[in-house]
Amino acid sequence: MANMSNMSERAGGSLTAWALREGFYAGAVSLGLFVLFVGLETTQNIRNELVLNRRLGLLGIFVIVAAVGRFLTVAYLRPWAAARKAAAAAKPAEGEEGFSKRNFSKIAIVFLLLYPLIAISIFGVQGSLKWVDNLGIQILIYVMLAWGLNIVVGLAGLLDLGYVAFYAVGAYSYALLSQHFGLSFWVLLPLAGILAAFWGMILGFPVLRLKGDYLAIVTLAFGEIIRLVLINWTEVTKGTFGVSGIPKVSVFGIWSFDVSAANNFAKAFGLPMSSAYYKIFLFYLILALALLTAYVTIRLRRMPIGRTWEAMREDEIACRSLGINTVTTKLTAFSIGAMFGGFAGSFFAVRQGFVSPESFVFLESAIILAIVVLGGMGSLVGIAVAAVVMIGGTELLREMQFLKRVFGPDFTPELYRMLIFGLAMVVVMVWKPRGFVGSREPTAFLRERKVVSGSFTKEGHG
Amino acid sequence: MAPGMNTVANDTMTNDPILKVEHLSMRFGGLMAINDLSFEAKRGDITALIGPNGAGKTTVFNCITGFYKPTMGMISMRQKAGKTFLLERITDFEITRDAKVARTFQNIRLFSGLTVLENLLVAQHNMLMKASGYTILGLLGLPTYKKASVESIEIAKYWLEKAHLIERADDPAGDLPYGAQRRLEIARAMCTGPELLCLDEPAAGLNPHESLALNGLLRSIRKDNDTSILLIEHDMSVVMEISDHVVVLEYGHKISDGTPDHVKNDAKVIAAYLGVEDDEVEEVIEEIEGTQGGMQQ
Repeated sequence: MANMSNMSERAGGSLTAWALREGFYAGAVSLGLFVLFVGLETTQNIRNELVLNRRLGLLGIFVIVAAVGRFLTVAYLRPWAAARKAAAAAKPAEGEEGFSKRNFSKIAIVFLLLYPLIAISIFGVQGSLKWVDNLGIQILIYVMLAWGLNIVVGLAGLLDLGYVAFYAVGAYSYALLSQHFGLSFWVLLPLAGILAAFWGMILGFPVLRLKGDYLAIVTLAFGEIIRLVLINWTEVTKGTFGVSGIPKVSVFGIWSFDVSAANNFAKAFGLPMSSAYYKIFLFYLILALALLTAYVTIRLRRMPIGRTWEAMREDEIACRSLGINTVTTKLTAFSIGAMFGGFAGSFFAVRQGFVSPESFVFLESAIILAIVVLGGMGSLVGIAVAAVVMIGGTELLREMQFLKRVFGPDFTPELYRMLIFGLAMVVVMVWKPRGFVGSREPTAFLRERKVVSGSFTKEGHG
Repeated sequence: MAPGMNTVANDTMTNDPILKVEHLSMRFGGLMAINDLSFEAKRGDITALIGPNGAGKTTVFNCITGFYKPTMGMISMRQKAGKTFLLERITDFEITRDAKVARTFQNIRLFSGLTVLENLLVAQHNMLMKASGYTILGLLGLPTYKKASVESIEIAKYWLEKAHLIERADDPAGDLPYGAQRRLEIARAMCTGPELLCLDEPAAGLNPHESLALNGLLRSIRKDNDTSILLIEHDMSVVMEISDHVVVLEYGHKISDGTPDHVKNDAKVIAAYLGVEDDEVEEVIEEIEGTQGGMQQ
């Protein structure tokens, strides 16, 4: 506080003068720096002679930006930052969190339940398609995948770079079994989960002895093996052509979304024909699946198995000294994580109506892992926010046509999404090295539920 | 088991060995870390394993608790109920789970990101796992798991009170001061419900006040919780104060074995710890050879 009062005393008269002086110096320094770099330009004229062009306007912009920027920093930005820091230090106990912060997840769930209705009311039935399908469903698939991977990476601390393999297993299980045996989505959804969990165990067995980097490499290879099998086993998977014409999901067999079917949803309710109803149904379906993932994760964390996953992330040897079979514990983490990947995969197949190995490249694994790391390993809310930022952000880039006016008409924002994705990751990691939510909720407490700071938790070493 | 044997076991309850190490050898490449070591730990005793640095004490511990597979020898653990386990044949986590031998580590290994309470709950994993029907019944919300989970918190509370950690129960374990972390590790090992507790340098880094409190805790564990203790320790104030039986190792050999008073006055132990002056070397060697000859006779 003493510091601040000093600052404000000085602020009274001399701060502006001081800032002006600083601004002037900055302008002078930048003038000295840029007068030759920017102020003069050499070109060749038509007779191949060297011509010196003066660019005083550009030089002026550089100098003014430096001077004004310095002035604003000294006069306004720094006192503001200092005041904020002092205010934060004055009340260290942030006991009273705002209503919106405390009930963030409840508000988010209510918003998601109303989301398609909001989209319809704003953009109309057809106009809502883009918002529900491209944005809503897309984000929720990644939320679900990241929550599934969170069990393996965030809780158990096993670095898995091949998570997309289980997504692929789920997708192809549904695609192939529904085509060959005509089974419905509701039968195949659990089956796809079980098959993916089975493959999770198959991956788990050979990698049980590996840790850290070595584990990451083997899981990476596993992801590639699954993709290459899908490409090359053409009799079954049709190779790179992919499996198309995957049947749509029905509303528990009561109403169908096939246009020709007698029990078509739109016909049954006398609504005009539109694909929006199907998309909205899919939205609620993936929302339900994602919430199931979250519910099971929350429940499992309070069960001995979930607690042991986290203990294993902290110290595997200590776990063994406490009589815990780390082999089965790791296998359960792999298979339960894989199971949710399988659920998401079969949903993906039913949504696209088409699956091909193209969808299951390493980049997908990397994006899912990036979401988990950015969100904060182990934190469901943080991961959901990270998925919205990452996937929603890249989807929104398509909409940002005004960027064309800045960077010229040839600029296609979609092509730069990975660049911006990377930039965002660097910024977030510098700003919050433990992800959006770095702290950890304890699973049991005696008197008071205190959040465990991220500086105590470990990332796990395999 | 024959019915007769049970009564024998009951008669000698106070004096029967809980742990028998016979002809234990452990070789790392060319290094013989333990060479033909045999000793016994009696039930209800506090047995101390001491020796200069590098004598192989922690290696003995790692063999007993299954973290190393011994090159040779037999380690048998006999439970109160009379069941015998050959520890060299089973893996590390089974030794804790089935044979009921718990351990702590020389460099503390807590789950630092978990709270103190959670550390103690993880230690009760096997009991809770059974109660939750291997997660499936617990996920459905069956009352057996809820009951077991309340019980497990009671057990944790008991140990927190005993280790004077109840005030810090909801803090992360990594946030505790060093002495409290040592106590927490002991409490966590006790939450597995062991019959034999192996402590690797429990007093290392503690101040005199804290090691006094540790003595009290260890005595109480032996008396109230009916647990035998095997400990490695350098702090002689702890060793001489609380142990009933001391085994001294040097370069993987046992050089002395007996009560604290016997060991304290043993010439070989003094030589091992303090060394001897040059002109006394031969004297000591003769003495040692003399006593060894005497022992062999």
